[in-house]
Amino acid sequence: MADEPLVLGIETSCDETGVGIVRGHTLLADAIASSVDEHARYGGVVPEVASRAHLEAMVPTIQRALKQAGVSARDLDGIAVTAGPGLAGALLVGVSAAKAYAYALGKPLYGVNHLASHICVDQLEHGALPEPTMALLVSGGHSSLLLAPDITGDVRPLGATIDDAAGEAFDKVARVLGLGFPGGPAIDRHAREGDPAAIAFPRGLTGGRDPQYDFSFSGLKTAVARWVEARRRDGQDVPIADVAASFQEAVVDVLTRKAIRACKDNGVDHLMIGGGVAANSRLRSLALERCEGAGIRLRVPRPGLCTDNGAMVAALGSEMVARGRAASTFDLPADSSLPVTEVSVPGHTHEHTHDHVHEAGRENLYG
Amino acid sequence: MLLLAFDTATPAVTAALHDGERVLAESTVIDARRHGELLVPAVDRVLTSAGRALADVTGIVVGVGPGPYTGLRVGLVTAASFGDALDVPVHGVCTLDGLAWAAGEAGIDGPFTVATDARRKEVYWACYDGPAVRVTEPAVNRAADLPQDVLALPAVGAGAALYPESFTDRRPEPAHQSAGSLAALAAHRLAAGEAFAAALPLYLRRPDAQVPAGYKAVLPT
Ligand SMILES: [Zn+2]
Repeated sequence: MADEPLVLGIETSCDETGVGIVRGHTLLADAIASSVDEHARYGGVVPEVASRAHLEAMVPTIQRALKQAGVSARDLDGIAVTAGPGLAGALLVGVSAAKAYAYALGKPLYGVNHLASHICVDQLEHGALPEPTMALLVSGGHSSLLLAPDITGDVRPLGATIDDAAGEAFDKVARVLGLGFPGGPAIDRHAREGDPAAIAFPRGLTGGRDPQYDFSFSGLKTAVARWVEARRRDGQDVPIADVAASFQEAVVDVLTRKAIRACKDNGVDHLMIGGGVAANSRLRSLALERCEGAGIRLRVPRPGLCTDNGAMVAALGSEMVARGRAASTFDLPADSSLPVTEVSVPGHTHEHTHDHVHEAGRENLYG
Repeated sequence: MLLLAFDTATPAVTAALHDGERVLAESTVIDARRHGELLVPAVDRVLTSAGRALADVTGIVVGVGPGPYTGLRVGLVTAASFGDALDVPVHGVCTLDGLAWAAGEAGIDGPFTVATDARRKEVYWACYDGPAVRVTEPAVNRAADLPQDVLALPAVGAGAALYPESFTDRRPEPAHQSAGSLAALAAHRLAAGEAFAAALPLYLRRPDAQVPAGYKAVLPT
């Protein structure tokens, strides 16, 4: 429908420069420039390398998205941008660009939360989100269970990782196995040839007294490293496929088990899974199997929309416009530790309520 | 001609409007940690106080550093975005050149040095022969490691003020970067038909990135 909000979204919280354009629930453009290859030799994302790449890619990626969508910047109803959480210097490039375009074009600016965007992107794939929505977000930076009665204003954290994010565990285990960075796709590939029951790796925080919805992947990662090192020390070959499959099974077993438990406990009959790890083939198949068994409808966007991208930010921005949510002011800060409960940031005119975290996150903003 | 100039490569967040003859409005706030929050409001302030619209601007002038990266990028990405959205040219000007021009406005002539704070006990610096003629490439060094003949010259900028034992002939003005001076220098160059550098960052340092020293074992060896 032509009267649905046309919004451009900018995402620069990590190593992808993403610009998406949506009209309501329809994806018109999803342009991405990634600096992942530049980080590979460091075995992880280097913030300064990512920020430099964002600056180079920003305007060309916006131009590409507008061209792809076949719309003029003048026709936009708003510009949305990831205000946090993420890498401070990287976020700042996207936020500054969004402000400049919004100010120059006379469009409202929406500083939005990266996590809420990961959930909202599914509207582009499967239509309007049910209310409330149960979401499992898993990536290299986050592992959370979120209950969202209103994606534009009410997102509640049920649980999160207490140590490593799920994607981080994939990267670290890939390093142990010598599979390179990023680890997720490599582990997924090797696991297909392996036996997921070959090695009994621990399932973190699944005891009767453990927090029901929190995750822990640090112990699992260490257990895998110990197992592999012990084999090597004894001069035995390491069965990479079996290790990858067994490790991956331990991760997705816990993720899906807890997500379904959260759905049941809260009377929610569907589950949304997003974030880079949602591209993992075993997570997708096990989630589907368990959701079907529990009478829960599974919503997982295609892999390209699960990883960080601009379309997800545009999707949330469009929903903000449709629901008449307040725009941000032009002194909008980039907030590396933006809490998940802050779906959007109205700007500095209203002082923040989490100043302690905020100040800490701001330390590296200069220099 | 209506130039919108700004610079975020130093602790100053500075914006100005210049009509080719004079500075119409300027806003300069010193806050090293809030470049991203303060820049667009500063642009809005100078436009409002000059009674001009952004659509009237015919060119963007931006300081390209050298400067601490995070702040520097705010100005550069803002300039590139304005340039694209308004379809006007973006003129990159070395931040040290802007300070040199301001030094000229403050009465300094002949050979002198501009030095800003590069953190990590270093300065960004360049030498000038008059306010519009830079005679060395911008560089980053410890102040004490600069050649003696450079250190003996009159010196301006926060980098000179930070290392008084090295820069022996310090001058108080300009204390901070001024977008008004940057714009005036750009207007001078435009009038002289000079070419501008691309509006790309002068980082002068490679990114800090440690390549992990191989995989670290968890089992005791
Ligand atoms: Zn993400």
